[in-house]
Amino acid sequence: MSALVLLLVLPLAAALATLLAPRAAPALTLGSAAAGVGAALRLAQTVAQDGVQAIALAGWAPPLGITVAADGLAAAFVLMTALVMLAVALAAKVDLAPGRAGARVAFGFWPIALLLWGALNAVFLSRDLFNLYVGIELLTLAAVALVALSGKPGALVAAMRYMIFALAGSLLYLLGVVLVYGGHGTLDVGLLAARTPAATDALALALMSAGLAAKTALFPFHVWLPPAHAGAPAPASAMLSGLVPKASFVILIRLGFEAMPDQAGAGALLLLGLMGAAAVIWGSLRALSQPRLKLIVAYSTVAQLGYLFLVFPLAGGDGAAQPWAAGAWTGAMFQALSHGLAKAAMFLCAGLWVMAAGGDRLTDLRGLARPMPMTAMAFGLAAVTLMGLPPSGGFTAKYLMMTAAFASGQWGWALVLAGGGLLAAGYLYRPMAEVFARDCPVTPQPVARAWQAVPLALALAAIVLGLISAPPFDLLQVGRPAAAEVGL
Amino acid sequence: MTGTMTGAAALLLDLLLVALVAFAGWAALAGRGVFRAVVFFIAYGLLVALGWVRLGAVNVALAEAAIGAGLTGVLLLATVGRLERAGAARDVPPVRGAAAWVPALAGLGVTGALVWAWFALPLPESPGPALAEALPRSGVENPVTAVLLNFRSWDTLLEAIVLLAALLGVWMLGRDGDWDAPLGLRQHVRPGGVMAGFGRVLPPLGLLVGVWLLWAGADAPGGAFQGGTVLAAVIVVALMAGVATPPGVSALPLRAALVLGPGVFLGAGGVLAALGGGFLTLPEAQAKVVIVAIEAALTLSIAVTLAGLVLGPPTAANGTAEGGAEPNANGPAAGRRA
Repeated sequence: MSALVLLLVLPLAAALATLLAPRAAPALTLGSAAAGVGAALRLAQTVAQDGVQAIALAGWAPPLGITVAADGLAAAFVLMTALVMLAVALAAKVDLAPGRAGARVAFGFWPIALLLWGALNAVFLSRDLFNLYVGIELLTLAAVALVALSGKPGALVAAMRYMIFALAGSLLYLLGVVLVYGGHGTLDVGLLAARTPAATDALALALMSAGLAAKTALFPFHVWLPPAHAGAPAPASAMLSGLVPKASFVILIRLGFEAMPDQAGAGALLLLGLMGAAAVIWGSLRALSQPRLKLIVAYSTVAQLGYLFLVFPLAGGDGAAQPWAAGAWTGAMFQALSHGLAKAAMFLCAGLWVMAAGGDRLTDLRGLARPMPMTAMAFGLAAVTLMGLPPSGGFTAKYLMMTAAFASGQWGWALVLAGGGLLAAGYLYRPMAEVFARDCPVTPQPVARAWQAVPLALALAAIVLGLISAPPFDLLQVGRPAAAEVGL
Repeated sequence: MTGTMTGAAALLLDLLLVALVAFAGWAALAGRGVFRAVVFFIAYGLLVALGWVRLGAVNVALAEAAIGAGLTGVLLLATVGRLERAGAARDVPPVRGAAAWVPALAGLGVTGALVWAWFALPLPESPGPALAEALPRSGVENPVTAVLLNFRSWDTLLEAIVLLAALLGVWMLGRDGDWDAPLGLRQHVRPGGVMAGFGRVLPPLGLLVGVWLLWAGADAPGGAFQGGTVLAAVIVVALMAGVATPPGVSALPLRAALVLGPGVFLGAGGVLAALGGGFLTLPEAQAKVVIVAIEAALTLSIAVTLAGLVLGPPTAANGTAEGGAEPNANGPAAGRRA
C-alpha cells in the first residue's frame, strides 16, 4: 500500500479499532500517529523527488471517479498534521486519562480525534469538489464533538453555535458545487482548470468561498471560534485551532488558484484581503484584553488566520520584481504550516499549566517558569513564530508576503503584516510576563519533564521551519499552480 | 407525457406540489410552536420526496422520505419531547429587526441567484458516454448504486463514517455520571397497549421491507442507506415497545455493529489494494459479490447508528419517560396519540 493510501486509511481504521477496544485506544492512537508521521515523511520525500503522486481511486478516472493526489502543498500539510497528531496523542494520554477526565471523555476523545485526522488527510489529498464536501463534513462533526467534549454548559453552547456556522458554510459550499457540476459535468479540480468558463462560475465560486470563509472563521464570521477553541480540553483545542481551519483554507486555495483562477475579480480579491486584515487587527485587539490564557490563544488564532487571506490580493504581481516566484503564495503556506505547529504547542502548554496550577487565568500562571522551564521555553518559542520574528517559520512566511507586498507596490498590506506582528508581541507579552515573574504564589502540581517536552518539540518544529526553510520551500513548489506565480 | 390531457394534468399536479412545498416550508418557519414547526417540516420532507418522484429521481425520493422526512422528523420529535421533559419547550418568540431581515435578505439573494443560474445553466444532459461504457463493468445495473459503491465508493465510505462521527458526538453530550447506563430514556409500556401491539406487528414487516430495499438496490432504486433507515425504524419501534432493552456503550456487540459496515468497506478496499488492484478497485468479475457484501454490512451499521441517534446518549434510570397514559420518551406525537 502506498504512503498516500496509507495516510487515507490508517486514521479511519485506527478510529474503528479504538471503538472495538477502548482500553487500547491511547496505544492505538499513538501507534498510528507515529506510523502516520513516518508515512507522511515518506510521502513528502517521494513528492520532492518524483513530483506529484496521483491515484484514481477505485480504478475510475474522473469525471466518473475520484482522484486523490499529493502535491507539495498536500504533502506538507499532511506531514504537519501528523506531527501535531502525535504530540496531541502524547499530551492526551496524560491529560485525558480516565482518572482525570472521566470515562465519557476517555472513551470518546480517541476515536473522534482519529476521525478528525482522517478527515483532514482526506481533504488535503482530495482533488474532487464533492469528495472535499464529504471530507469537510466529517471534519466538522468531529470538531463539534471535540468542542462539546468537556460537557460544561458554556462548551455546549459554543459547540451549538459552531455547528450552525459550520453547517451554513457547508450548505453554501455545496450549493456552489452543484452549480459547478451543472455547468461542467465534472467536479475534478484538474478537469475544471481546463474547462470552458460558464456564466455561473463566478456565482459558484462566490458561494463556495463564502461558505469556506465561514468555516475558516474569517472576520466577521469568526465569532464562533474563541469560545469553541478555548472551552475544549487542551489536546482538543490544539487540533481545533492548529489544524481544523487549515482544511477549509486549503480548499479555498485549490478553488481560487487551481480550479478557477480565471474567475477571481479584483473586487473579490480586495474584499478577501480586507477581511483578512480586519481579522488580524480585531483578533489581536481582542486578544489584548482577555483575562484567560486559552482565550488569548484562541483570539490569536482569529488574527493569525487573517494573514492567510492576504494571499489573494498579494499573489503574483511582477514576477521579475520578486526574489522568488510565487512568494506570497508560498508565504501563506508557510504561515499556515508554522501557525499549525506553534498554535498546537501553545494550547498544549496551556494544558500543562492548567494541570499544574489548576486554572488558566493569567494570575494563576504567575511564576510558573521556574518549576516548569521547558513549558515556558516552548511557549516562548511558539510566541516567536506567531510574532514573525527570525529565525521561525512565521518569519519566513511574513518575509515572503511582505516582499511580495512591496514588490507589487501594495504597501498597505505590509503595514497589516508589520502591525499584526507588533500586536502579537503585545498580547503574548501579558501571559509571558506572568509566567516569567520571579515570585510563585502557589506550589504547582509537579508535571513530568517528558510531558513538558511534547509542546517544546512542536514549537521547535515551527522554528526549524524557518531555520532550515529550503527543503519545505522546495517541497511546496512541487505541483504549484501557475496562478500562484502570475497572480489572480 | 404523450397526450395533451396528461400533460395538462401533470402540469397541474406539479404546480400544486410546488405550492404545497412552499406552503409547508413557510408554515414550518413562520409559527411559534416548536412542535408545529416539526410537523410541518416532516410534511415538507414528504412533499419534496414527491417532487423527486415527479423528476424521475426515485433513489433521491426514497432517501428524502426515509432520512429527510422520516428519520430527521423522528429526531426532531424526540428533541421536542426531551425539551418538554426538561421544562424548556417554550414557544419561540418572533424574531424582529435585523435578526429577521438580514437572514431573509440573504435567503432571497441566494434564491434569486439560483433562479438566475437555472436559466443560465445548460439543460442537464443524460449521463455521458463514460457512464454508459462503464456501467456494464460496475457489477450492478442500478447506476446510482454503481456510483455509490463503485465509481465514487470513497465518498460513500466517508459518508458512512460521517454517521458514526455524528453518533459519537451525540454520546459525548451525555452526563458523565450516566456513562455506564443504557442508551436513551427508559421505556415503560402498558402490556396489551397500542405500543406493545405495534412492537409485535411492525418489526417483522419492517425487517422484510428493509432487506428488500437493500437487495433490490443492486438493480433498482434502493440500497444501504434506504434499507438501513427502515431497519433503524424497526429497532426503534421494538425498543419503544419494550420488546428489547437498549444496551449501554460498554456492550461489545453494539460497538461491533457500528464498526462492521465501515470496517468491511475499508477492509475490502485495503485487501483489494494488497492484492495489487488499487485501493477500492473492484475486479469486474467479483464486483457484484463485493458490492452486495459491503452493502449488507453497511445496512446493518447504518441501521444501528441511526437507531442510536434516535435513542440519544447513555441516560441513567432517573431519566425515565414516565407520566401519561402511555408513557413514551419519544415526543408528544406518541403521547398525544394515546
